[in-house]
Amino acid sequence: MSEEKSEATEFFHDRFGLDENQLAESLGTALERQIEYADLFFEYSTQDSVSLEEGIVKSGSRHIEQGVGVRAQNGERQGYAHSDEISIESVQLAAATARAISEQSRDPGSLAIRTAAGGQDLYPVESIPTDVAVSRKIDLLGEIDSYARSLDPRVKEVMASVLCEHRNLLVVSSDGSIVGDVRPLVRLNVQVLVGDGNKMEVGYDGMGGRYELERLLTPDAWKPRVEEAVRVGTLNLNADECPAGTMDVVLGPGWPGILLHEAVGHGLEGDFNRKKTSAFSDRIGERVAAEGVTVIDDGTLIERRGSLNVDDEGTPTQRTTLIEDGILVGYMQDRLNARLMGMNPTGNGRRESYAHLPMPRMTNTFMLAGEDDPEEILKGVSSGLYAVSFGGGQVDITSGKFVFTANEAYKIVDGRIGAPVKGASLIGNGPDVMQRISRIGSDLELDIGIGTCGKDGQGVPVGVGMPTIRIDGITVGGTQG
Amino acid sequence: MSATETSERLRKTAERALARLTAASATGDVLLAESTSHEVRVRGDEIEFVKQARERALGIRALVANGDGTRSATTSTSDLEDEAVDRMVDETLALARATAPDPSAGLPNAGFAEDLPDLDLIVPADRNVTIEARIDDAKRAERAAREADPRILNSEGSQASSTFGEIVYGNTAGFVNGYASANHGLYSEPLAQADGHKQRDYWMTVSRRLDELEEPASVGRRAADRALRKLGARSVKTCDVPVIFDEMTARGLLGQAAGLVSGYAVYRQQSCWASQLGKLVASDLVNVIDDGRIPGGLGSKPFDGEGLPTRRKKVIDRGRLQTWLLDTYSGRKLGMESTGNASRGVGSGPGVGATNLWIEPGHQTLDEIIADTERGLLVTELMGMGFNPVTGDYSRGAAGLWIENGEIAYPVEEITVAGNFKDMMSGIDRIGSELLWLGRIASPALRVDQMTVAGE
Repeated sequence: MSEEKSEATEFFHDRFGLDENQLAESLGTALERQIEYADLFFEYSTQDSVSLEEGIVKSGSRHIEQGVGVRAQNGERQGYAHSDEISIESVQLAAATARAISEQSRDPGSLAIRTAAGGQDLYPVESIPTDVAVSRKIDLLGEIDSYARSLDPRVKEVMASVLCEHRNLLVVSSDGSIVGDVRPLVRLNVQVLVGDGNKMEVGYDGMGGRYELERLLTPDAWKPRVEEAVRVGTLNLNADECPAGTMDVVLGPGWPGILLHEAVGHGLEGDFNRKKTSAFSDRIGERVAAEGVTVIDDGTLIERRGSLNVDDEGTPTQRTTLIEDGILVGYMQDRLNARLMGMNPTGNGRRESYAHLPMPRMTNTFMLAGEDDPEEILKGVSSGLYAVSFGGGQVDITSGKFVFTANEAYKIVDGRIGAPVKGASLIGNGPDVMQRISRIGSDLELDIGIGTCGKDGQGVPVGVGMPTIRIDGITVGGTQG
Repeated sequence: MSATETSERLRKTAERALARLTAASATGDVLLAESTSHEVRVRGDEIEFVKQARERALGIRALVANGDGTRSATTSTSDLEDEAVDRMVDETLALARATAPDPSAGLPNAGFAEDLPDLDLIVPADRNVTIEARIDDAKRAERAAREADPRILNSEGSQASSTFGEIVYGNTAGFVNGYASANHGLYSEPLAQADGHKQRDYWMTVSRRLDELEEPASVGRRAADRALRKLGARSVKTCDVPVIFDEMTARGLLGQAAGLVSGYAVYRQQSCWASQLGKLVASDLVNVIDDGRIPGGLGSKPFDGEGLPTRRKKVIDRGRLQTWLLDTYSGRKLGMESTGNASRGVGSGPGVGATNLWIEPGHQTLDEIIADTERGLLVTELMGMGFNPVTGDYSRGAAGLWIENGEIAYPVEEITVAGNFKDMMSGIDRIGSELLWLGRIASPALRVDQMTVAGE
């Protein structure tokens, strides 16, 4: 047993009286049958939010979530049981359920566990966001409301919210390690309703990450977000109908990186590739994107929304190259799929909470910068669409078809940015669209910290990023043929 | 533990929290939910996972009135020890006192549910279902899918789940009641492969009663048929044509309409129908009903999230919008009474939700509607989030089957369907005769007279 105690280990010891010997014993229960791997996942998290509408903060909320999940793995099989009661008794009970996937008993032998030495610290915070006085969040929302209304008389209504989260977790696994993490997360959302005559539109913006709430409270941080929401809303008031059909599209830097998330990211998650249900299955070493396209998943970026010191199986996160100069070189893995595919875990085993099984998931996924001048990229397009901001996206990883929806887009006419057009969905085939990337800008940007990815009913915070790129031909779902 | 013991225990916790709110001269309400569930997935011949869970949680809303309005806050916790409950009530009160007074906030003035009909939300004997039995269901669905055709070579698996829940809702006006319910589901998602191309699709069945689930073999076969018919899909030339939404995609459209008639979207002016009450919003073929008291309904409940009785109402009558869906708060904002549509989760205050919401079936089967369509698109799948409720602008990724001369010609994909939601609803010119309940919202197949299909 190591002398060193992590913050998370101490938290669970102090609050629930969990000690290492008892935990080892519980894992032993799970391992009494023929089980290759077992782990315990403890979680205690606090989330709070305050939201404003009609100029006042009408309500606040605070939620405490606690529980433990016990998992046993044998081959492709997983047994999982979870309970919202954190005690050795409930862990024992869950362990007995989880091991039911295996019928062969064996002598578990003795299991020694130790607290792993401290690794990376990607989100050091001096003050815990959920401990900040609610009055400061309320004051911020009031200022946002006044500021938004002062920017443009067409602003009819403002809705804004501040969300804070503080998550303590502890993973105890049958390889003998105890790994904890304490994760802060803050998020600001701004939404404005703008109206002109009988036309109405909404504009959204926001920001967030794994840092102190104080950062959001500074005007230099939140004012630009309010300005963006108002700008996009009023811009769309006068937007034209979007053209329909296949055309050349230039995507702006940053948040449009959601293209990568949908077009290739999900398709490169280990589970789909082990099962060979992905459009990218068995294609390592093959060209899956145009030359110059390098795509990375990196969970180690400081303070980013998608970053983690360790994933939800206790594996340290890393920088994983998925596509290098157009060639598929790697998948994102959790422990189960890595083991079954004979690969190494990549720190991508994530879960929404103790009530969910881990799966391979993205962290921060982005394309490296190229050498093209972004302005030159636009100049090269005689007729097409320039899309700079997007709402959500979705992918069918088997057929490779993905969709994402623009909420700020312009026509490109003779290499110049033309009239704004209404939001439209873009649809393409991942492996195909990635090969049609013909220009890559030098202006890589990461998004501002607002992404949540859904898979199999589980939501996790993620980041995306991209430089300006040009795609030669993608289907745009407007109404003007 | 028996169902009665559970509900007794939940009721005691509710009463404790309510007494503490009252002692602090506040009002408010609490929701307690406890559930047990199991879920299994089988893929090929192997069990992929077996999951078992027991969950319980308490949600508290504190309402603190002062001269010009009521301040409110909501909290939730899964720690139901007495001391933790007391502490959470105190935290909720403190948080409420920090917010601004709102003249519309507060409990309903009166009219709490008195008759609490048994809505067949659970079959007591179903509680005895074993994990092994549900594994067997999943295996049978999986086998049927895999054996349906030689081109079904792989799958994401077949999944079965059963959840048994018990809720107690109580408020400081003296209403404390609860009910038990169950949900059973079976889902299969096979992959079809041919000529180096892969397609997936799924089929599912959901019910409050185990014996009303579709046969596992049928679920697997239908899932396989849906995946197989997508093989060889291609794009089409951009054009304006009639678009038929099948029962799976039409329910999504109705779900979006439900969002437009929610009292919150209306008072916030975030609905393109906000000024349309009493006006024609859909073609005169369209009748929409919301009824929270259908026996066995997946959206049925004897009382809503504020203790008010659920009821039947016609939301759209021959195309004319008859009512919003309201809870007490959104009703007050609009100067109206609640329609018994408060929906409440443990982790939030009341909001508005449909109960069982459906479009009344018409007289033509889907096949007859297809035969009636010279050239057009049958949409079987929608992707992405391209719907703006404020303007009604609609643009989504789609896949489906192309129709030529009243017959299915070939599968299509990598296309979008776009239009404005208001025009789409007014343009409904055919309504199918079959309803498919996979959740609280159901719709027969619908044909919209014209939309833009973007492709090549």
